[in-house]
Amino acid sequence: MLRKVTVWAAALGVLGALAVTPVIAATTHEEPAKVHWSFEGPFGTFDQQQLQRGLKVYREVCSACHSMNLVSFQALGDPGGPFFEAKYKKSSENPYVKAFAKDFQIDDVDTDTGDKIKRPGTPADHFPAPFANEYAAKASNGGAIPPDMSLLAKAREGGPAYIYSIVSAEGYKAPPAGLTLTPGQHYNIYMPGDLSGAWTGDPNKVPIGGVIAMPPPLADNKVTYDDGTKATQDQEAKDVAAFLYWAAEPKQDQRKQIGLAVMIYLLVFTGLLYAVYRKVWKNESH
Amino acid sequence: MSGQSTYEPKSAITRWMDKRLPVSRLVWDSFVDYPTPRNLNYWWTFGGILSLCLGVQIITGIILAMHYQVGPGAFASVEHIMRDVNYGWMIRYIHANGASMFFVAVYVHMLRGLYYGSYKAPREVLWLLGCVIYLLMMATAFMGYVLPWGQMSFWGAKVITNLFGALPLVGKPITIWLWGGYAVDYPTLNRFFSLHYLLPFMIAGVVILHIWALHVAGQNNPTGVEPKSKADTVAFTPYATVKDGFAMSLFLIMFALFVFYLPNALGHADNYTEANPLKTPPHIVPEWYFLPFYAILRAIPDKLTGVLAMFGAIACLFALPWLDTSKVKSMRYRPQAKLYFVIFIVACVVLGFCGAHAPDDQVIPGLSAFQLLDSNINSFVWLSRIAALYYFAYFLVITPLLGLRETPLAVPESIAAPALSHPAE
Amino acid sequence: MAETAADATASTPGQDPNRRDFIYIAAVAAAAGGAAAVAWPFIDQMNPAADTLAAASVEYDLSKVEPGAQVVITWRKQPLFIRNRTAAQIASAVKDDHADMKDPATDASRVKPGHAQWLILLGSCTHLGCVPTEGGGKYGGWLCPCHGSVYDTAGRIRSGPAPKNLELPEYTFLTDTKVKIG
Repeated sequence: MLRKVTVWAAALGVLGALAVTPVIAATTHEEPAKVHWSFEGPFGTFDQQQLQRGLKVYREVCSACHSMNLVSFQALGDPGGPFFEAKYKKSSENPYVKAFAKDFQIDDVDTDTGDKIKRPGTPADHFPAPFANEYAAKASNGGAIPPDMSLLAKAREGGPAYIYSIVSAEGYKAPPAGLTLTPGQHYNIYMPGDLSGAWTGDPNKVPIGGVIAMPPPLADNKVTYDDGTKATQDQEAKDVAAFLYWAAEPKQDQRKQIGLAVMIYLLVFTGLLYAVYRKVWKNESH
Repeated sequence: MSGQSTYEPKSAITRWMDKRLPVSRLVWDSFVDYPTPRNLNYWWTFGGILSLCLGVQIITGIILAMHYQVGPGAFASVEHIMRDVNYGWMIRYIHANGASMFFVAVYVHMLRGLYYGSYKAPREVLWLLGCVIYLLMMATAFMGYVLPWGQMSFWGAKVITNLFGALPLVGKPITIWLWGGYAVDYPTLNRFFSLHYLLPFMIAGVVILHIWALHVAGQNNPTGVEPKSKADTVAFTPYATVKDGFAMSLFLIMFALFVFYLPNALGHADNYTEANPLKTPPHIVPEWYFLPFYAILRAIPDKLTGVLAMFGAIACLFALPWLDTSKVKSMRYRPQAKLYFVIFIVACVVLGFCGAHAPDDQVIPGLSAFQLLDSNINSFVWLSRIAALYYFAYFLVITPLLGLRETPLAVPESIAAPALSHPAE
Repeated sequence: MAETAADATASTPGQDPNRRDFIYIAAVAAAAGGAAAVAWPFIDQMNPAADTLAAASVEYDLSKVEPGAQVVITWRKQPLFIRNRTAAQIASAVKDDHADMKDPATDASRVKPGHAQWLILLGSCTHLGCVPTEGGGKYGGWLCPCHGSVYDTAGRIRSGPAPKNLELPEYTFLTDTKVKIG
């Protein structure tokens, strides 16, 4: 039996090692800061208050430039989401969702005249994009397209901690002497990139970090939280990063819930099968 | 093992059916009464686990195809599956991680065959069919990875299809033909989707041949000694079925851990950004199961030679039954071969690590070493060259020579003999 | 040949048969339960997705419909008839309230109180789902081109193979000229 356990442990170990192997060690930027999230670990869930605060930061700050094309308003009322309330079975009937959606103007077509019109949003609509198309986004932002935020927290190594680090007070720094930035560039120690081209100092001491087109977006009291939380820059950065993780992985809470049931079932079932196996092979040498 | 069928239809209906289409007899003879060596260890359960993987991939894949859209909406349709379709996130995560699980199982299965000499006579065709399945799996996995149309999908497709451009004369026309245009684009995506749907059924077909060949030759076993009497075997059901079932259940625990708790650990963050033909991600890395081959490709500075070496690495597997000169099947009785085999596994893992790193990155950070030819000796490209050299040497030099030169340990008379006394491994 | 399944599971002397059976039964039951639980997500994924369910209501300004005319709008991917009935059409429907019908209903039950001129129906024949043609048939309602079902000016089935009256969607009047359907 011991041998079998070793074999399985080895197999699991190899796979585990693969899973945690830092593929391409990026050493040119600061590793994202350690943040405690409510959703970390196998039992962690979203903090609804935090998601509501983060949503407010996204809406009042980020959404001026960043789209969130893949997220619908009604998703805000789904289990785990910022507006979820158990008594509203359908998210599209949730009054908070409806009221929130109504405040947005959505592009549509008048079916009588064919004219382009704006109408108030409904729960079925998605967050409207701030720019008509990527060319407009590029033109308005000095040639850099602000990335869509629907999946940002999954599309960056480090996830929400990376987003937090970039926009927290620790991210943006005055460029060290010897680093030449062009207008519209900002130095951020958490940004991946290669600064050796812009560095005029000692070639062996190229500063870590990279340049980012986005000016520092957050500051103390940039928003006023409805729940009375003090809107420090750090708080805003955490909240918006948590919200963006929700936006990227809205089914996370269900995933872990179902996962727990599946794991319990599989452990019991495997135990039963082992008992059956022992019984069947009882009188057979092998 | 051909023998008299022991199937006896019990009811009038089964008797009627047995005279016309003896399906129950086939199932009985193949999966119930089929004599199985009694000494099979847990490495032999991976065949069953692989059937499970194929089944899971086909079922979840058919479901995903009900919701996926080819074309400009491909990326958004995957997110539609993740966000709107009932349990869509679960089905997609099972399918995406299922591909990795499939390769974990197939690599264990192949290494088991390698160690115990399961490719040797009379199982050469069985082994070749397995190699065909592996090739089809690689093609299927590659094309499946393109479908979400993320950055890694797109650039992976571009890089791999460009490999064919290395062929002299026909290279360029072939890549354009593969793409259906002058670049990887929606026509490419559309044909990849079609083929990704087709290939698993071809795999299933070859799997049937593989199992057929297995039932003709009979299973190999840890001693490599063919069963001689009834004492050497047990009935497939319940003995092998319950053992396979137990192993599958253990495997599913690992599978579920990834699906529910680490769903993106084996993927790449860049694939959550939609394909952008104007911007290459800073580091293109294939999925982990292709990394060793990717490392072999990059180890060689010449494009055509690199491509040939990569395909040659797979060709070695096909040639193996005729490269091995050993009279003894199982490495249990070949101490020297065992050593070379362990080094071979290490070489494969090292190649995998090299494939994951940029070629010029330092293996030992901070250690300055000398320049050799095009690169510093302390770089992943040189490490991958050493490992690749061993990979080829293992098949082309060590395996043929060792069989002629080594002195194997005494092989038992029959399976039952050592199995009953449990000798030291 | 080797042992068969029956031999292997046959009782062994000195073994409590209840305990052995219990483990087999428990394992089989657990497998069956697991399979049933796994089946559900694979079945449920074919039900309408969240985005399909959310896009359910539509608002329409009735002032755009001339008396006696019908507009067809799309609601939940299906045609929706909005008919502005004339006094004569309403009268002919009310007159037949007690005629012999397959699916008896009064005209008043087909419209909202105080809005008798507005008839809002799902434009899908209750026979097999074709879209009935406006004004066809001898009652001046609709005629289904597929199999000849005839509906009157209240959308009630009067002859032909359709079993039911044209279906009424859920709707409410937001103002006298504005309705919200769904």
